[in-house]
Amino acid sequence: MSVQREICDVNPFPEHVAGDFYSNYFEKGQAENTLIINMGPQHPSTHGVLRVLVEVDGEYILRAEPVLGYLHRMHEKIAELKTYYQYMPNMGRVDYLHAMAWNWAYAGAVERLAGIEVPERAEYLRVIASELNRISSHLLWWGAYLLDLGAFTPIMYAFDDRERILDILQRPSGSRLTYSYFRLGGVAADFDDIALAKIREFIPHLRGRLPMYKDLVTDNVILRGRVEEIGVLPLEMCRRYGATGPVVRGSGLAYDVRRAEPYSIYDRFEYEIPTDTECDAMARYSVRLAEIEQSLRIVEQAVAALPEGDFLSKGAPKPRWKPPKGESYFAVEGARGKIGIYLVSDGSNSPYRLKLRAPGFSNLSLFSEASKGTLLADAVSILGSLDLVIPEIDR
Amino acid sequence: MSAPTSITEKITRLWSLIVGLKVTGKYFTKPQVTLHYPRKTLDDENLLTYRGHIELVGLPKKPGTPKCISCGMCQAVCPSNCITLTKRKPPKPTEAEKKAMEEAEARGEKVKKPSAPKDPASFNLDYTLCSLCGCCVENCPVESIRFSNDIYLAGTDPNAFRYDLLQRLKEQAAAKPGAQKAQAASGGETGEGEA
Amino acid sequence: MDVPFELVRIVIAILALAAFVGVNAVILVWVERKAAGFIQRRPGPYEVGPQGLLQTVADAAKLVGKQLFTPAGADPVLFWLAPLLAFLPIFVLLLPMPFGPTATGMEVNLGLLLILAFAGLNVLSLCLAGWGSNNKWSLLGAARAVSQAVAYEIPLLLSVLAIAFMSGGMDLSAIVREQGGWPWQWNLVLQPVAFIIYFVAAIAETNRAPFDLPEAESELTAGFHTEYSGMGFGLFFLAEYAEMIVVCGVAAALFLGGWRGPFGTDGWWWFLAKLYALLLSMIWFRWTYPRIRFDQLLVLNWKWLMPLAMINLLVTAFIMKL
Repeated sequence: MSVQREICDVNPFPEHVAGDFYSNYFEKGQAENTLIINMGPQHPSTHGVLRVLVEVDGEYILRAEPVLGYLHRMHEKIAELKTYYQYMPNMGRVDYLHAMAWNWAYAGAVERLAGIEVPERAEYLRVIASELNRISSHLLWWGAYLLDLGAFTPIMYAFDDRERILDILQRPSGSRLTYSYFRLGGVAADFDDIALAKIREFIPHLRGRLPMYKDLVTDNVILRGRVEEIGVLPLEMCRRYGATGPVVRGSGLAYDVRRAEPYSIYDRFEYEIPTDTECDAMARYSVRLAEIEQSLRIVEQAVAALPEGDFLSKGAPKPRWKPPKGESYFAVEGARGKIGIYLVSDGSNSPYRLKLRAPGFSNLSLFSEASKGTLLADAVSILGSLDLVIPEIDR
Repeated sequence: MSAPTSITEKITRLWSLIVGLKVTGKYFTKPQVTLHYPRKTLDDENLLTYRGHIELVGLPKKPGTPKCISCGMCQAVCPSNCITLTKRKPPKPTEAEKKAMEEAEARGEKVKKPSAPKDPASFNLDYTLCSLCGCCVENCPVESIRFSNDIYLAGTDPNAFRYDLLQRLKEQAAAKPGAQKAQAASGGETGEGEA
Repeated sequence: MDVPFELVRIVIAILALAAFVGVNAVILVWVERKAAGFIQRRPGPYEVGPQGLLQTVADAAKLVGKQLFTPAGADPVLFWLAPLLAFLPIFVLLLPMPFGPTATGMEVNLGLLLILAFAGLNVLSLCLAGWGSNNKWSLLGAARAVSQAVAYEIPLLLSVLAIAFMSGGMDLSAIVREQGGWPWQWNLVLQPVAFIIYFVAAIAETNRAPFDLPEAESELTAGFHTEYSGMGFGLFFLAEYAEMIVVCGVAAALFLGGWRGPFGTDGWWWFLAKLYALLLSMIWFRWTYPRIRFDQLLVLNWKWLMPLAMINLLVTAFIMKL
């Protein structure tokens, strides 16, 4: 925020108030002999279509401002035009890397509004699917982050493991990326025995692979030089911007929606919330890798305790179902942080208003302040360590 | 290079480079994990769980005719409006029938007008719009829709993905008349049978 | 009409070297992609030719067929001079290279100096490419390229000088002849520090990962060659691989005994084997490590390689004087 205000104060061209962001704040640099660079919307390390306006002095960043909206798809507005039942496929496309969590957030919000009971087996299946999806999201982040740092090989190893998760999740859900697996009042299909056997096989496999990840990357001195003491985000700053997920946990706060606002059956599992007090990119890195292990623990317990029963509630909403009037809020822990959905119903068969709280949006707002005074290469490292998914940020 | 580090720490740091080389060196000699498409394709287990575009399920006795009763549920429930379904019109009565009907009406009897056949006149899918959510499959009252396993789809023309599903069902029935029944029975394999 | 024999020899040598560079680049690119594939557990190029051997040829044909595009606002002279400047000195660099006992383009008693002098031209080409493109990323890439190349030239030179001190000359063929065929008779045993310094500096000089900062694609999109299309890019690409051959060839000659082999099996085959062993390890590094940051790159050079190379040189000089 402070950066924004500062820029407004020194706006060199007050007559340009009608212009766009660039002409208002960046057309002329703050200082002499600086270079204004558009990092994106087509840039290899902005992961999609994020545009970052950067003013550099040599390679040092004087200021950087993310410009959003290149992938805005009006998901919130679409919700007002679809029925409750029809809106579910959209949730797989907000954050395509952790689609299950968004599925869950929406299903949870509607269930809370209408008081729909979810069968116990469905709750377990939701946990398994969501945690497996979290692992696959973290694996992809790991590979893509190293790609940002110039190592090409890790992403291939990560994809090797990720592919197994996709195979498992494909069995019940039928898709490999944009899952539309959850239903209001349960899930779309059951995990069959083959899928469960595959999960049991996968857990030790990934545990066996994690030491290799550590040897190849985590311990590497070059990587350490690129992530240690880079992008230090003090807890106070995270609080100010509303950062959640691994970003805030990497700054030392053990805030996890699964613990802080327990939902579903997460209170039945034993797992830790990894935190790190270093506040740098390395802290966020190690928190995510530790989360992979914790998610494996949860999946292991959930598969072992999976009860028999229905996977979809008997009173599950039909396509033209109308919920009662009212409003509800439901938050889940996504791979990037707290996913919140606020739902207002006017009693008709489509939502009156649906607000999506994307964790990536808050996490990205840190970037402007965190990247000040760093090198261009560090800015790439910081951007990567925030784990951005642009479709989620723009919604 | 901030805090001064001890010699042993420096050595462990340099050693990490060798460890990294060892990892990649080890994988260099290991067999590949990718598949040489199109020389090899995935095993069936992986293909059958994949949900391709939807297709119609034929009647067990008449595989060329869909189970569909033209209720329009799939069309109504689809979030992407990719299904276009038209009902059949009732058959036009012949001259003699028409006359008989008029006479009966004149006599004040209750006339039973010929009803339309239940199967649809046309059933088109615009796959370019589909989001593969499965709403239509779950909500079909007679289980006449299922997911196909066509995963190797490629085309240069969007019209190639606008399917006439009735035509497709007829072709399928003609291609393997014997296998149709078994395939129809295994339609619920994706686990999408009821909801 | 009296044509001097030496001139004919050089012309033939240059033609032969052109063929060598071309064929080698094709093979080397294939080797690199294949090695990257195997490390990443995928087949690498596979479709064109046996085991994808002709993939590079197909790629080259595509590059040649593409439009040569000069971006708006670019300086056309500098812009097109740069790729030529990157590529042409390669032949001069390869001329004094001792491929075999007799297979040397030109016997110069200052061969090493010739190579080091002309290798410096590469920096100029990167600088011109970055400046002439009228692109901010290219400019940043050029700035990186210049400071990196200038910095790493010093430890490179110092480590090479240590060998020159030992042999008392700068004639590459003579340096090779002084070494024996067996590994313990190589200069590597006497000068391991110089070899490591040389190799690190050589990777940096050729802009290979983990020191590929001038073209760091995740930071600078493609660095100095962002704006180049078609054969403009192709020449930079070719030059990079040709330079890899040069630096590895010099390393093989200086430290690994060049064409000398055990049991009197001297010949060009030993040179090529050692050359390719070094090239493979360069490829191996590239597909293992992340990219280093720019200030760390310079710290490594000025705080570690430079002093080490200096000490190494002084110790060598001291021992040689004894």
